[in-house]
Amino acid sequence: MTLDATSQPVQLAEETYPPRSLLQLTVRRFRRHRMAMVGLAILLAIVLYIGIGSLVFSEAYANYNDTSIRLQPPSAQHPFGTDTVGRDILARTVYGGQISLIIGLFAVLVEVTLGTLIGAVSGYYGGMVDSLLMRFTEALMSIPSLLLLLVMAKFLSGKIPDIMLFGRTFSGSVVVIILIIGLTGWTYLARIVRSSFLSLKESDFVLAARALGIPDRRIIFSHILPNTMASVIVAATLGVATAILSEAYISFLGLGVRPPTATWGSMLDGAYDYLEQAPWLWFYPGLLIILTVMSINFVGDGLRDALDPRSEYKV
Amino acid sequence: MGRYIIRRLLQAIPQLLIISVILFVLMQASGDPVATLGGRTPPRSEDKERLRREWGLDQPIMVQYVYWLVGNDWVMVDSDGDGVSDRYGQRRGVLRGDFGNSLVTRQPAMDVVVERIPNTLTLMITAEVLIIVFSLFIGVYSALRQYSVMDNVLTAVSFITFSMPIFWIALGLMYIFAVRFKAWGLPHLPTVGMYDPIEGKTLSQVVWHLILPAMSIALIDIARYSRYIRSNMLEVINSDYIRTARAKGLRERAVLFVHAFKNAALPLVTIIGMDLPFLLAGAVVTERIFAWPGMGRLFLDHLTRTDFPVLMALLMLISVAVVVFQLLTDLVYTWLDPRIRYA
Repeated sequence: MTLDATSQPVQLAEETYPPRSLLQLTVRRFRRHRMAMVGLAILLAIVLYIGIGSLVFSEAYANYNDTSIRLQPPSAQHPFGTDTVGRDILARTVYGGQISLIIGLFAVLVEVTLGTLIGAVSGYYGGMVDSLLMRFTEALMSIPSLLLLLVMAKFLSGKIPDIMLFGRTFSGSVVVIILIIGLTGWTYLARIVRSSFLSLKESDFVLAARALGIPDRRIIFSHILPNTMASVIVAATLGVATAILSEAYISFLGLGVRPPTATWGSMLDGAYDYLEQAPWLWFYPGLLIILTVMSINFVGDGLRDALDPRSEYKV
Repeated sequence: MGRYIIRRLLQAIPQLLIISVILFVLMQASGDPVATLGGRTPPRSEDKERLRREWGLDQPIMVQYVYWLVGNDWVMVDSDGDGVSDRYGQRRGVLRGDFGNSLVTRQPAMDVVVERIPNTLTLMITAEVLIIVFSLFIGVYSALRQYSVMDNVLTAVSFITFSMPIFWIALGLMYIFAVRFKAWGLPHLPTVGMYDPIEGKTLSQVVWHLILPAMSIALIDIARYSRYIRSNMLEVINSDYIRTARAKGLRERAVLFVHAFKNAALPLVTIIGMDLPFLLAGAVVTERIFAWPGMGRLFLDHLTRTDFPVLMALLMLISVAVVVFQLLTDLVYTWLDPRIRYA
């Protein structure tokens, strides 16, 4: 695009569109992001799969074992085959998907709560508080996350009883997994929120709020925090993918959700003992993990481009 | 420069102390190693009491941490449980290089960990070499042929690979290259251990057994790094000094591989340096699947048996590696890229 003497001066738009709101602009940018729309479509398909599947199969059926039909290859009756104790893998991927998605979402909820709180306090107050909180955050970040997760899993395992919710019993180990992923994964959010607070607290609207005598708590939560939400939403979306993967790793290593409750990760636990006889044991649950994680990553990238167009690409 | 290094090293001390406190508290609260001792012939309850006293588990957690850190050979401890402190403790503490003895094998904890380091390093270095070679090649190729069919295919593949859990990649590779290849009568790769016990631990055996686990570890990072190099390379190719290099009549090959490539590959130093120690830990899953006798498997084995001293030694070793690599990365990077000054 070089300067050209003959080019016409730019015509300013004369159309009388109403000014677009931030939300409309964001939605439009998101819808133009092809990968994000593909991701959203896959994600919806997976949610539908789990939703319709839950109506077709009962949870009792998903956990029903009949060892006389163990390790059967995919057939009309069991489209994904049966596992080592004769449970239907299709039904288990449905209920496993419920738990995996619940864990992903709630773990990120814990992460966001902790991360925003710590990042906000640290960035807003600065000084000694900031330096203490950030040393702690950095220390936590220096421990490889999988090892920390496994240590935490051992620390909390069996300490939380089963709970009843929506007429279903959730194994206490589900809550444990949510907690450990949440308690170890908030550090990146704290750093993001802190750095936004560091720059925003110097801005004029904060000065104005202070001059009006508004208490710190309200300045933090109703004045500054809404301005950091764009990057938090993006990071949290990508965090769901990471949380689902983390759950899969912990459950795969046998320290996660206890049987008979299925998750996509725990369905793969021990599958390598049957590598030769029963590849369907690990293929389908793994495929669902990959599809989910990939589509969430796409949606997250799209959200980043839509909400936060200036932000740089970060893996 | 010297002052910068010293300041960074001094900053690392509190960081490592905080890490050790977090880990120590989690470990001690996560289970009673004496409870699971002995397997089918559990020890008598008075023996359990004696062991708890011997290992200092009867002390409050703060005291246990202090003993772990600086040892207890400077205080009198109660060795026979009669409530009277009668002799000096025998532990010298982590700061003097004593990580205690493994509760399982009774060997010094650090020795148990150090024994596994060569195996893990063999796996890690192989994986890292694969990562660097493949991702540089793929990244540069994709950047030079931007939006070609091959570039789009590589992009799609890397997005999928990037979303895969390591265990799925490992199982997939095992299934194709061991199970299917065997069924098709092709030479198939081994999936268990470091070497065939009959053949012995020869170089060719180790290399042969190394292929699948190393590939499993490398694939995800190849996908990630090659995207990174591609975008770096694209940025560099479109910059002014590349235009200058072309304008002064350099051959295209010299422009690309001397001027562009060097600058595009530079930032890789940072992420490799940051990721390397984490790769050390990331092998947990791979080592478990391929029964590779490294640190990751050691960690899992001793975690199930609540062997605190070994776990702490292993985790602290990795944490120190993380901190040291962070410093090294910063130093190397400032040395490679003169635009960056010490902060």
